[in-house]
Amino acid sequence: MSGVPEMANAGAAGRSVAALRRTSGQVVLHLILAGIFLCLALAPFLFGDVRSQQVAARICVFIVLVASYDLLIGYTGIVSFAHTMFFGFGAYGAAMTLRAWGPGWDAILIGGAAGVLAAFVLAALIGLLSLRVKAIFFAMVTLAAASVMMVLASQLSDLTGGEDGITYRVPGLLKPATKLLTDADGKVVRLFGVALNGKIAAYYFVFLSCLVLFGVMLRIVASPLGTVLQAIRENELRAEAIGYRVVAYRTAVFCLAAVLAALAGIVWAVWLKYTGPDTALSFAIMIDVLLMVVIGGMGTMTGAVIGVTVMSLAQYYLKDLMQAGADATAALPLIPDLLNPDRWLLWLGILFILLVYFFPAGIAGTLLKKDR
Amino acid sequence: MQKTTQMLERFGGVNLLPVALALLALLLIGSPSTWVTLTVAGLSMGMMIFLMASGLSLVFGLMDVLNFGHSAFVSFGAFVAASVLSALAAWNVGDNGFLNIVALLAAISAAAVFGLVAGWFFETVIIKPVYRDHLRQILITMGALIVAEQLILAIWGGSPVSVPRPAILAGSIIIGDISIEIYRVFAFGLGLLAYIVLYYALNRTRIGLLVRAGVENREMVEALGFRIDRLFVGVFMAGSALAAIGGAMWAGYETLITPALGSEMMILVFIVVIIGGLGSIEGSLLGALLVGLMGNYVAFLMPKMSLASNMLLMMAILLWRPYGLRPAVKL
Repeated sequence: MSGVPEMANAGAAGRSVAALRRTSGQVVLHLILAGIFLCLALAPFLFGDVRSQQVAARICVFIVLVASYDLLIGYTGIVSFAHTMFFGFGAYGAAMTLRAWGPGWDAILIGGAAGVLAAFVLAALIGLLSLRVKAIFFAMVTLAAASVMMVLASQLSDLTGGEDGITYRVPGLLKPATKLLTDADGKVVRLFGVALNGKIAAYYFVFLSCLVLFGVMLRIVASPLGTVLQAIRENELRAEAIGYRVVAYRTAVFCLAAVLAALAGIVWAVWLKYTGPDTALSFAIMIDVLLMVVIGGMGTMTGAVIGVTVMSLAQYYLKDLMQAGADATAALPLIPDLLNPDRWLLWLGILFILLVYFFPAGIAGTLLKKDR
Repeated sequence: MQKTTQMLERFGGVNLLPVALALLALLLIGSPSTWVTLTVAGLSMGMMIFLMASGLSLVFGLMDVLNFGHSAFVSFGAFVAASVLSALAAWNVGDNGFLNIVALLAAISAAAVFGLVAGWFFETVIIKPVYRDHLRQILITMGALIVAEQLILAIWGGSPVSVPRPAILAGSIIIGDISIEIYRVFAFGLGLLAYIVLYYALNRTRIGLLVRAGVENREMVEALGFRIDRLFVGVFMAGSALAAIGGAMWAGYETLITPALGSEMMILVFIVVIIGGLGSIEGSLLGALLVGLMGNYVAFLMPKMSLASNMLLMMAILLWRPYGLRPAVKL
């Protein structure tokens, strides 16, 4: 008799401890996210130099790219290697019209729309052709498609600029020389010591576009569609048996992710004023995106934010660290070669393998897991 | 209509595709001597790709593991062979045909031994922990590929490495107005030899029987008391060694190799495996020949479309047969 209330008490205590842990894990996660959001929202005012702004803009764009990839890999369990291809479609679409028609919003709109449409059509084609079969088969098909597109982009140099890429000018509003607000003397108004010029406008164009796109994705995963996608990931046969048309849903989410990636590509093209294989199409970007998704945590939109931030910062600081290491071991054989800053992907690759083994849930997933 | 279908089946069905492709190309190209040169080039290229693709396909068929890091073995094989050939340069480029062949065999066996050892390491360390988990398999093998490519860059550097071709294989045979490179004939012969050995090993030996049974139904083979995991290590090592030999052959074919070689070939290897159907070496051979021929014909007819044509070929075949031409496993 006396044992039962005790056990009940112990259970309640256990639950409350769990509840406490849940809050702590989630609180930490939310604090990190809020910190990242604030840093990105105020980036031009917090970090004055050009390089930091470049990093901040890259983080914004990649959050959208990685989150849209997470829709595929984390929420639906589709492994695609063609995501940078769709990113490239958007970027090249905007870039080619901007070069051909000169700077203007119409060029961005129409070129971007063409890029998005191309991404959509190709995604639908690939999806309908090969999403019926196993995940692994699909991964191979997308890898082949992406590689072919990469070769095409470098060969059709009349259209795409080949390996050199395309340089172009962007609409006047986004040029660094543009004055957003002027004072009585006709000089640019400074806010907290930062000139309100076109550079700021360009950054906020990137930031706000990415914020909207990310919001759309948050809404999608919270909607009934998001739940169906997770059901497909967990048990495809059962989802089919309940009456969801798995192939249709998979193709739909593949197209959706492709369109979102293409939109991110347009923003990236406008920010960089340059589009080439290295910035919009290369396989290195695909690997970055994969690493970011896995580091942040698959199947959590918030993981994308954390993964991108961690990776982007690491890409800058890891190189410095490795240079120091290479200098320190310069007398030894092979080790300086391994520590050469150009070899940073080597260490990232090893880190990646270890992460997949030991922390498959990633940073956000591990923080959130405490509530289970 | 049905009669023609039956007749086609009797003469080999889908196996006729390369022949049909070759005939179509003859019509389009017109000049027979060019056609012969291109066909030989296509066949030898196909055989080299077959070497790389067969292991990948078998490993997938047997153990349901798709190794995205397979191309690392190709690159390593190429670079190991290049290093051996350079080290034995005195034998390699001399007039003595016997020493030429010794140097060549040394290079190929070095690549093969490397493939065996690296394959064993890769299987036990990288892949074993993630059996039956496709998502993590893809991620892990991709990570291993990154590491392997970076290691090649660290060891051999980023600049292209030239591969001295053995003197006995340099030059070409000229029959009338047709010229055929000796190296291509050699590559074709080696690939054919590998196919015959594989075919006999799979169809005429006890181990081959177990491998085929494992492809068909792994659980049942295990239930009958066979250690299928050992079998798998063996197949994986053999597949890696084949990929390394393929890489070595490719290095001699290109004569100037870069660390990107593996990933460039991997596209073709994937296309071959998809076209052929996963798990069967017959399918891999068929796919490899199709891709090799297609690549060479189109490179001649429309140079810019070469790789894209293989992509289109893959799309068309996937529309027609979603599991590839001759799959051994149902996906």
